Amino acid sequence: MFPAMQDILEIEGLTKTYDGGFTALNGVDLTIRKGEIFALLGPNGAGKTTLIGAVCGLVQPSSGTIRAFGEDMGRHWRTLRRRIGLVPQELATDMFETVLHTVNYSRGLFGLAPDAARVEQILRTLSLWDKREESLSALSGGMKRRVLIAKALAHDPELLFLDEPTAGVDVELRRDMWTHIAALREQGTTIILTTHYIEEAEEMADRVGIIQKGRIRMVEETRAMMARLGRTEAVFTLAAPISAIPEGLSGHSLSLAEDGGALVYRGGDGTGQGKSEVAALTKALIAHKVDYTAIDIRESNLEEIFVNLLENQSDTGEGA
Amino acid sequence: MSLFNARSAWTIYKHELARALRTALQSIIAPLLSTMLYFVVFGAAIGGRMESGLEGVDYGAFIVPGLLMLTLLSESTANGAFGIYMPRFTGAIYELLSAPVGFAETLVGFVGAAATKSLVLAAIIVGTARFFVDYTIVHPVLVLCFVLLVSASFSLFGFILGIWAKSFEQVGMVPSLFVMPLTFLGGTFYSINLLPEPWRSVALFNPMVYLVNGLRWCFYGQADFPVIVSLLMALGFLALCIAIIARIFATGWRLRS
Repeated sequence: MFPAMQDILEIEGLTKTYDGGFTALNGVDLTIRKGEIFALLGPNGAGKTTLIGAVCGLVQPSSGTIRAFGEDMGRHWRTLRRRIGLVPQELATDMFETVLHTVNYSRGLFGLAPDAARVEQILRTLSLWDKREESLSALSGGMKRRVLIAKALAHDPELLFLDEPTAGVDVELRRDMWTHIAALREQGTTIILTTHYIEEAEEMADRVGIIQKGRIRMVEETRAMMARLGRTEAVFTLAAPISAIPEGLSGHSLSLAEDGGALVYRGGDGTGQGKSEVAALTKALIAHKVDYTAIDIRESNLEEIFVNLLENQSDTGEGA
Repeated sequence: MSLFNARSAWTIYKHELARALRTALQSIIAPLLSTMLYFVVFGAAIGGRMESGLEGVDYGAFIVPGLLMLTLLSESTANGAFGIYMPRFTGAIYELLSAPVGFAETLVGFVGAAATKSLVLAAIIVGTARFFVDYTIVHPVLVLCFVLLVSASFSLFGFILGIWAKSFEQVGMVPSLFVMPLTFLGGTFYSINLLPEPWRSVALFNPMVYLVNGLRWCFYGQADFPVIVSLLMALGFLALCIAIIARIFATGWRLRS
């Protein structure tokens, strides 16, 4: 029975140690909510693909439990896999098949009857309909990636894993993919994606999880994380160098840079508070007769937050 | 959901047959051509000057079951092996592993398609052989059953090979270095009763001897051994292959990391 609330995937104590002794997952605990887009971030080798593989049946976990839709994956894999889709990181498919054949194959493989109308709808949505009779080997890398998404959608999964869905595609196509992913979420599909493009997670994800060395370091609402860990940085280029920060400005989180030629403000919380403080600071500088010729102001993005977290987290950092 | 997903198995089966049609030149025409050449050389050209060792069966007819077996064993092994090795090689196996598909559907799909290809090839060979040699099949139903049994067994064997192999070289190595030479030496072109000792005794350790003779008995009602020995050998091999594949699926060996 599916719980009243909305946990579509529950992972507890998931560990994977390969034969060579390498531990790719080390006691992962993670819960995914129904209908959300969850971005799993982490450096190369952090365990993202292994985690997805363990849920989708590609990797045999060493220990731990995985429950999907309220049921144990190990015991009810036949019924549960029918409801899960996977878009792999690699462009892995038979390159000599046509687009239409390979999508129909995926649908049948998951036990569904042929449905020409549904397959056409998927192909049209992904702008693949005109290419349906073409061999995959004749398609561009971006188009092949769309085909992999079409294959994963062919059985109408409720939970969809996208492992680096926009790797190697150009900016325009990436934006296009984001639109498709957002549309899927609108239709009720729960999406878990891994990505190296932090802006992708920032743009789309409701929640972000950070994995490092096989452990989940943090799971948080994307906006809350941005608000909590985000910062505003403003660099005031001074008209004349100063040797020390004027006493009246000491409450403004300022530091000197460029041998006294610039004042740097770092503060705020990612919600816009930093910008207000910078506005106040401009008035305070004038009041203290500190003249400046330029202001360079910017907000830290998720990528900087992510990098800072990875640098600051110890191996025994917080879990999910 | 039931324990067997028929639609998934049927999908794999159709997909594999479609792949065979795409490569018909390699999977059907090439083995057919090489078998026909054997008939021309050993059957029509020099067969008239050779003794078959079977009463009332001339040499051209004698080699039909052996050549059929040679093609069946090689092609079944290769078809079974490439069927599963290709998705492993391309990475497309991810889809199979993430689908609600288990041991039974995979076997029925992949091995069924491999065996079907072998059966189609066998039918073409048996039909085409008539253009070169004259023969009469004594037990046609038993021929069909035996061909089916051998095709399934060696398709399963090929499936194991395709999971074991780490390279195309390894996939091609077993049929060309083991299956074909052993079948050649297993009485394809001669009755092992014509061999001098100790070679006749040595030949008895070659399992292909029993398969070739089994099919020959089904064709002509006479062979070097009772057909029951051949049947038991083939059934034993079938059971062994199924047991190995069941174990592979249970452990995920070379399939799941």
